[in-house]
Parts: sequence; C-alpha cells; structure tokens
Amino acid sequence: MIKLVKVCKSFNGQKVLDNLDLEIEAQKITVIIGQSGGGKSVLLKHIIGLIKPDSGQIFVDGTDIVKLNDRMLNEVRKKFSMLFQDAALFDSMTVGENVAFPLKEHTRLSKKEIEEIVEAKLLQVGLTNVTHKMPSELSGGMRKRVGLARAIVLNPQIILFDEPTTGLDPLMSDAIDQLILKTQYDTRSTCVIISHDIASAFKIAHNIAMLYHGKIIQSGTPAELRSSNISIIKKFIEGTSA
Amino acid sequence: MIRFFEFTGKKFISIVEEFGKVMLLFLSAFLWMFRKPFRFRVIIKQMEFVGADSVSVILITGAFTGMVLALQTYYGFRMFGGESLVGATVTLSMTREIGPVFTALMVTGRAGSAMAAEIGTMRVTEQIDALYTMSVSPIQYLIMPRILAAALMLPILTIISDFIGIVGGYLVGVEFMKINSGIFMSKIIEFVDLADIFNGLIKSACFGLILSLIGCYKGFYTKGGAAGVGKATTQSVVYSSITILISDYFLTAAMF
Ligand SMILES: Nc1ncnc2c1ncn2[C@@H]1O[C@H](COP(=O)(O)OP(=O)(O)OP(=O)(O)O)[C@@H](O)[C@H]1O
Ligand SMILES: [Mg+2]
Repeated sequence: MIKLVKVCKSFNGQKVLDNLDLEIEAQKITVIIGQSGGGKSVLLKHIIGLIKPDSGQIFVDGTDIVKLNDRMLNEVRKKFSMLFQDAALFDSMTVGENVAFPLKEHTRLSKKEIEEIVEAKLLQVGLTNVTHKMPSELSGGMRKRVGLARAIVLNPQIILFDEPTTGLDPLMSDAIDQLILKTQYDTRSTCVIISHDIASAFKIAHNIAMLYHGKIIQSGTPAELRSSNISIIKKFIEGTSA
Repeated sequence: MIRFFEFTGKKFISIVEEFGKVMLLFLSAFLWMFRKPFRFRVIIKQMEFVGADSVSVILITGAFTGMVLALQTYYGFRMFGGESLVGATVTLSMTREIGPVFTALMVTGRAGSAMAAEIGTMRVTEQIDALYTMSVSPIQYLIMPRILAAALMLPILTIISDFIGIVGGYLVGVEFMKINSGIFMSKIIEFVDLADIFNGLIKSACFGLILSLIGCYKGFYTKGGAAGVGKATTQSVVYSSITILISDYFLTAAMF
C-alpha cells in the first residue's frame, strides 16, 4: 500500500502540492485525474522518490521513503516501474534494447529468453518490426507504447503510468486500457495511472482520485465520484464525457 | 566598493560550493566502482570512445607539435651552436609538458564535451530519472565508467602523442635540418629520464580525471532543455581547460 501524508512541494515559490493526503490501495488500479499543469506528474514522481517533498511523509509498504538515502531508495524502487509522460526511452539504445534493459539488469535470463519476452511485450502493445529501430525513428505514440512495454516487462509489484494513452488513436487507447487491465489482473500489481481520459478512467479504475489545487479533493470508487456533489468534480466529469 | 566585495564574495562562495559538489560526485562515483554489478561492458565501451576514437586526432596533433617544436628549437639553438640538443629538448618538452597537456585539451574538446552533452540530454529528457526508476544508479552506469575510462586512457593516448611527437621532431631535425641522427638520439638518451615520461603520464591521468569529472558533472546537473545542454557543454570545455592548465602548474611544481 502507498500512503502520502501531508505532502507539500513548491517550485520557486509556486505551490504545486499543498498538504496532500492520499491512500492508494494495494493490488488495485487507482486513476488520478486533474487539470493540466496541476501537479499530477509531480505527484507520481514523489511516489517513486524521484522528487523529495518539502515536507510530509510517503509510505510504501510501511517504509517512509522520504527518509531513505540513495542506496536504500534504490532497493525500494525494485518494487516499482514507471512509464514517463514523454516515455523517456534511452536514445542511445534500440527499441529492443530499451525493453530488454530491465531484464538485463535484474534477471539472469539468457539472451534468447530475453529476446522472446521483448518481442512478446512489443507485440502486446501493438508494435511489430520495431525492435532494431532507434527511438528517434518512432512516432510519439509508438515511443509511448515502447515505454509501456518497458514498464511492464518485469512484472513489478507497483506500476506507475503517466498518461499511458495520451496521443493514441481511440482504438489503440482502448487496446492499451485492456492491456493494463490484463497486466494488472495477471500480476496483481498496484497500478497508479494518470489520465486525462475520463471515459477510460471510469472503465478501468477501481479507485479514482481527483487532484485539484495541490490537494486530493476526493478519492473513491468510480460510482462514488460519479455521484459526487463537489462542483469541480461534476464539471470535470461532465466536461469530458459530454 | 562594498558591492564589489559582495560580488566577488558571492562568486567565491559559489565556486567553493560547486567544487564541493564535484568532489561529492567523484566520491560517490568512486564508491560505486566497488559495488555490484561491475559494468565491465560499459567501461570498455567508454574506453573505446575516449581512447581508441581519439587516436587519429592525437596522432595528427602530436606529430605536428613535435615537428614545430623541433623547428623552433632548431632556429633558437642554432644561434649558439646548440643544434645537437634539439632532440633532447623536443623529447623533454613532449613527455613532460606538451604531450600530457595537449592530449588532455584535445580529449576535452572531443570526449569531455560529448560527455556533458550526452548526460545533459539524458537529464533533460528524463532518461536519468528513468534509470533511477529501474533501480540502476546513473552514477554507476553513466558517470563511473566515463571517469575510469578517461583516467586510464589518457596516459595511453599521451604515450602515443609523446612518441609520435618525437618522431615528428626527428623528421624535422634529422631529415629536414640535417642534424646528425646519432647525435640527435644520443642526446635524447643522455638527457631524458624515465621519470620524465612517467611523471608526464601521472599528470595525464589526473587530467583525464578532471576532464571527465567536469564533463559528467556539468551534464548531470543540466537544467533547462536544449539551451541548458548547450550551456553545460560549453562550460564543461571551458572549465576543464582552465582546471587542466592550472593544475598542470601545481602538479609540475610538486613533481619535478
Ligand atoms: N522540475 C520542475 N521545476 C520547476 N517547476 C516544475 C518542475 N516540475 C513541475 N513543475 C511545475 O509544477 C507544476 C505541475 O507540473 P506537472 O508536470 O506535475 O503537471 P501535470 O498535472 O502532470 O500536467 P499535464 O497533465 O499537462 O502533464 C507545473 O506548473 C510545472 O511548471
Ligand atoms: Mg504530467
């Protein structure tokens, strides 16, 4: 389970997270929604320790990761993987090497086994004949999917997705949603997904949390959010499903 | 006047602070060297990039430096009939000073700048963050191999530069200026100690450390997109060159 307690973060005097509290259930899919520029990516990076909060605590399975030093954090991060908003592929490596990277680092699989897994994962995200291409030769949506393949290749305990379907066509979006659902179902992982796509959020989420002005103003099941009487949430849900 | 002191004071403090951060980075790269996994492959790749790929540049610059040195000393020494010492002078200058320093400056321009640009780009495109999320230390994966490769390869490149420089000097002195070949060589043997060469190589290892550390440091702390990467790259070359030349003085004063 992941728990954030009174987390504050400012950049150059601009408050991005403001006494934020959030509990993320283990082995469930939690979707975080909120305005663009509202601090969703920043929030996600706090959960994996890439950004340290100015104050507050962040518990991952009971350990407060804010207090950990680099090496201990390195250990905790073995539970995690993350898809970055801009994919963050290694541009000096081919697509295949990118997806293989976590396997090479953290498993003792043979070259052949790794190759097979990489091909299978790329196929799952709808990519064929890209293994030997460089990331710079791909479209934005393709890069995103390579990033996704890299994020799920190790079956980690916790997966963080920063807008996995943004920039994809509706059919591909739906396919990726299905893939995330299936991956979560198969591996019983804890998934935290940032999404702008309210329709898909309601489809795949066990829980939804709304980030607004640096705080989680409501978090609960999709049904609970749908019947919310907070006006900004109503607007947010109607605005996009209309 | 007070403004002036305030300005220089602040500048001084920021330099000290930055020096501290560079040292911390060095220390942590050093510690990561002894932790598993050992990253042999990445280290070899960097040795190839810093070392093997620099050889042609070093050959050209080394040869011409040796040649021009021979030419200049010949013109100078001829005035008092000291032509026989041209070989020894070229050899001493090359091995003690010019080989190590020029090699380091060339590698700074070629490899140090590339380190800053590459790591800087990885920083601004979140590739370094991605390494962290995969429990791979960027210090161990990116920085340690570069520093180690540069510290190991610079002495080798310097030997190449020394050697080709002396060959160039021989060419000019003996072939063009008609100094007697036997005298040219015997004076080299008479005046040049193994210690001269060895101390030059120690200097060059230090320079390798400096240029890679500054390149990696500037890259690692890059901020602000493509413009930031450009700035980091330029600064790494300028700071490395200055630091190499300053430390050259102190290393020389300490050693010879
Ligand atoms: N490293 C940083 N330095 C300074 N400010 C930052 C940094 N990272 C984020 N910010 C600021 O924090 C705010 C939130 O950014 P964030 O990327 O989390 O937004 P977001 O909710 O993910 O938006 P989007 O949906 O558009 O991706 C922005 O105003 C941004 O300018
Ligand atoms: Mg974002």
